[in-house]
Amino acid sequence: MIETDQLTRRYGNLTAVDALSIRVEPGQVLGLLGPNGAGKSTAMRMIAGFLLPSSGTARVCGHDIGREPLQAKRALGYLPEGAPSYGEMTVREFLQFIARMRGLSGEAAYRRFDAVVQQLQLEEVLGLCIDTLSKGLRRRVGLAQAILHDPPVLMLDEPTDGLDPNQKHAVRQLIDVMARDRTILISTHLLEEVHALCNRVAIIARGKLLADATPAELEARSRYHGAVSFSAPGSGMSQEMLGRLPQVAAIEVDPLDGRITVFPKPGARVLEPVETLLREQGLEVSEIQLERGRLDEVFRQITTGGDVAEGRA
Amino acid sequence: MSPVNAVLRRELRSYFVTPVAYVFLVIFLVLAGILTFYAGDFYERGQADLQPFFTMHPWLYLILVPAITMRMWAEEAKGGTLELLLTLPLTLWQAMLGKFLAAWLFIGLALLLTFPIWITVNYLGSPDNGVILAGYLGSWLMAGSFVAIGACLSALTRSQVVAFILTALVCVLLILVGQPQVLDFFSGTLPRKLINAVAHLSMLRHFEAIARGVLDVRDLVYFLLSTLGWLAAGVLLLDLKRTR
Repeated sequence: MIETDQLTRRYGNLTAVDALSIRVEPGQVLGLLGPNGAGKSTAMRMIAGFLLPSSGTARVCGHDIGREPLQAKRALGYLPEGAPSYGEMTVREFLQFIARMRGLSGEAAYRRFDAVVQQLQLEEVLGLCIDTLSKGLRRRVGLAQAILHDPPVLMLDEPTDGLDPNQKHAVRQLIDVMARDRTILISTHLLEEVHALCNRVAIIARGKLLADATPAELEARSRYHGAVSFSAPGSGMSQEMLGRLPQVAAIEVDPLDGRITVFPKPGARVLEPVETLLREQGLEVSEIQLERGRLDEVFRQITTGGDVAEGRA
Repeated sequence: MSPVNAVLRRELRSYFVTPVAYVFLVIFLVLAGILTFYAGDFYERGQADLQPFFTMHPWLYLILVPAITMRMWAEEAKGGTLELLLTLPLTLWQAMLGKFLAAWLFIGLALLLTFPIWITVNYLGSPDNGVILAGYLGSWLMAGSFVAIGACLSALTRSQVVAFILTALVCVLLILVGQPQVLDFFSGTLPRKLINAVAHLSMLRHFEAIARGVLDVRDLVYFLLSTLGWLAAGVLLLDLKRTR
């Protein structure tokens, strides 16, 4: 479990993290989402015990990071931003060093080492210097380091940054498997990652917590939630008829490809009426899509201070 | 294995993986030899002891210890590994101690490798090997103080060059402060008691006593305390960094 209580960090006049209170339970994957410079990394550094808070506290598995730093750090696996590691060491040496620092020894150390190397597919690079590895491989070494002691709490600062799509997929699967009985906090600015990984999202900007919800709840705040979009050539005349449907609030046409998006009134469903209408008009529609809502739009609204979505939440 | 031990092993290994260790050892041994036999008038003195050899050690350390210690914390701060290291379950003291011990042991190894000079002097005459042993001990203790200064000042900055220069500067001050020339310079302006106190801070004064074979507890305590003091200051600096 990770708890922060009014966690605050000031650099001179700048408040990087402003009274952040979050709580992540076992089984939850909380995605800390925010623009660059929002305070995600600073918050994580405080939880990991690297930076001291200006005020407020953080606890890892009930251990206060200020009063019981060693217990808190033992319970935590942490991937710092940029996945730093000692470049002159080989992957094997580096992981062995981490194992020693984590107090792993004997049979248990070998078992964990093998398991982690296999999980992150590092077998072939064990003897290579970390300096010579690609960005993606270094990130995987960083992840291996974080999960080596099989911690109950994982905190990963941009875990898939610099990975190619296949590697991203592999890392997400790994996190998925680990998520079952662990507490996981990841930071990201990739919205797709939130869908793929998180069952909770905390959006922060300028150090403040602005939203804390499930991805679905956030999507429901979007203007696009429940909207229907389709492409139908020569449907100019039907737009007017679509607008007359009682469930429809607005219609937008993409000026580039002519795709039509129909927005519902609050609480209304527009998919069936639109389909019926199109069929009656005898219009050929190759595909029709019901939108879940667009996270990027919600993200922009929340982080730039817009409140357009509030009425539709 | 304790975290101190793990840090120590990692540091030592990193010396030998990078050329640092070999460059240091070669330069240390070559310089120690040249300075002893040529600048130190080893033969001309006609005495079977290692006095000229040990006399050169403070000046050797002045250049070579900062070269070993400058990267100690500065490199970690710059490369981001400081965050990795300090979020592992170990205290700042353990991290500092591990790094300090690695550098100190390494210099101990360099000292051990000067054994041909010891063999030479035993071949040429019959020196007092107790005095020589004391000289080695004193030299190693002094190196410990230098390493502690370097460790502290490396924690101050992200720049290895700055760490090197600051360390060399502090070390040269501590070597020179007890020299008669320096003390005479201040004798007109500063009270006598202060000058005496300052003179006692001098590395050279304490080292020369040990190198002559006089193992005075006060000299041992001086090196021990200054080492611990500088290490404590380094730990404090690292801790302060977390609040900045």
